[in-house]
Amino acid sequence: MKNWFMLALVGQDQVGIVANITNTLYRGGCNLGETSMLRLGESFTMMMMVNTQLDENTLISMIKPTADVLNLHLHIDQIIGALHPHPEPDVKIVVHGADRAGIVAQVTGKLAQAGLNILDLETGVGGSSEKPFYFMQIEGCATQGMNALQRALEELKENLQGNIEINLSPLETFDL
Amino acid sequence: MMLEILTYPDPRLKQVSTSVEYFDNDLSNFIKDLEETMHAGPGGVGIAAPQVGRFQRIVIVDVSKHKKVTKHHGQLVLINPEITDWEGFEIAREGCMSVPDYTGNVIRATHLKLTAQNEKAEIKQFEMEGYEARAVQHELDHLDGLLFLDRLVSRRHDLFQRKTYQKKK
Repeated sequence: MKNWFMLALVGQDQVGIVANITNTLYRGGCNLGETSMLRLGESFTMMMMVNTQLDENTLISMIKPTADVLNLHLHIDQIIGALHPHPEPDVKIVVHGADRAGIVAQVTGKLAQAGLNILDLETGVGGSSEKPFYFMQIEGCATQGMNALQRALEELKENLQGNIEINLSPLETFDL
Repeated sequence: MMLEILTYPDPRLKQVSTSVEYFDNDLSNFIKDLEETMHAGPGGVGIAAPQVGRFQRIVIVDVSKHKKVTKHHGQLVLINPEITDWEGFEIAREGCMSVPDYTGNVIRATHLKLTAQNEKAEIKQFEMEGYEARAVQHELDHLDGLLFLDRLVSRRHDLFQRKTYQKKK
C-alpha cells in the first residue's frame, strides 16, 4: 500500500453513508487509517485517511459512483501519510457565552499567539433561537507552556469585559 | 529479570486470571521480576501479572514518584485484590504499556476501599484516592481481561450516557 489519500465527503445525512462508502473502499482493496465521521447540522461529514495501491484518478473513479448515489461531494488529496503520530493534548479550554460572531476567531487568535497547537476543536450553538448560547471545547498542546496561555486568556477576558466564560485546565495522561 | 510485556491485540490480554493459592519462592521471585519490569516501563507506576503472560491475580502499584501525588501507600504488591467500596467518579486520559501509542478517556472512581493479600498471604485493607485509586482500578481490570479500551468514553464529548427510562405500559 504505497499511497495515502485524504478523502473528504459531505452531504445531506441519511442512513447508510458510512456503510456504503467504506464497503466500496474495502472492496477496492483500500485500508483506512484515522477517520473522522460525524454529523454537523443536517450534513454528514467524513474525512478519512485511505491507504491504497491505486493512483488518484483510479481512486476517484472507484469511489465517485457511490458518492453520486448518496449525493455526497467528494474531495481527494494525496497526502504524506503515516500512522501512529498521536500527539497527546496537555490542555483543555472550554468557552461559552451568548452567541455572537467572532468568538472562535478572537479566542483562537489569542491562543495561537501564546503557542497553542489545536488538536481537536468542537463548537456548537444551543439555547433558544431568540437567546442562543455558544459553546466551544478545545484540546491542544501548550507549546509555550500553560502560563503563556493563562496570560493570553486573562487579557482576552479583560477585552471581552466578562461577556464570555473561558476556562483553561491542564490535561494529564496517566501512563499505567 | 525483565519480563516481556504482551501488547494488544494479543488475545491473551483478554484472559481472566485465577487467584493465587501458593505463597512460595516461585511467587516472590516472580514478584521481583514483575517489579523490575514495571520500573522499566514508560509510566513505571503499575503493572499486572497477565501483562507479562502470568494469569494470576497479582498487581503492583507505586505512584509515589509522581510529583503531584501527595497521598499514597508507596509500593504496593496486591495479591487477590478486591474492591470492597468506591465513591465519586472522574474522567481522565490513560495510557497502558500493553496498548502502545494510544491513549483515551476513562471514567474511574475517585475513592476506593480495597482488600488484598501481601506476599506473606496476610490480608490487608486499604483506602485510597486520586491517581493511586485510578492506577489500582486500571491494573485490576487486567486481571479480568479488560483494557482501558473497553472503558473508553467519547473522544469528543465528556458526556455520560443518558439514563434509559422504562416506557410506561
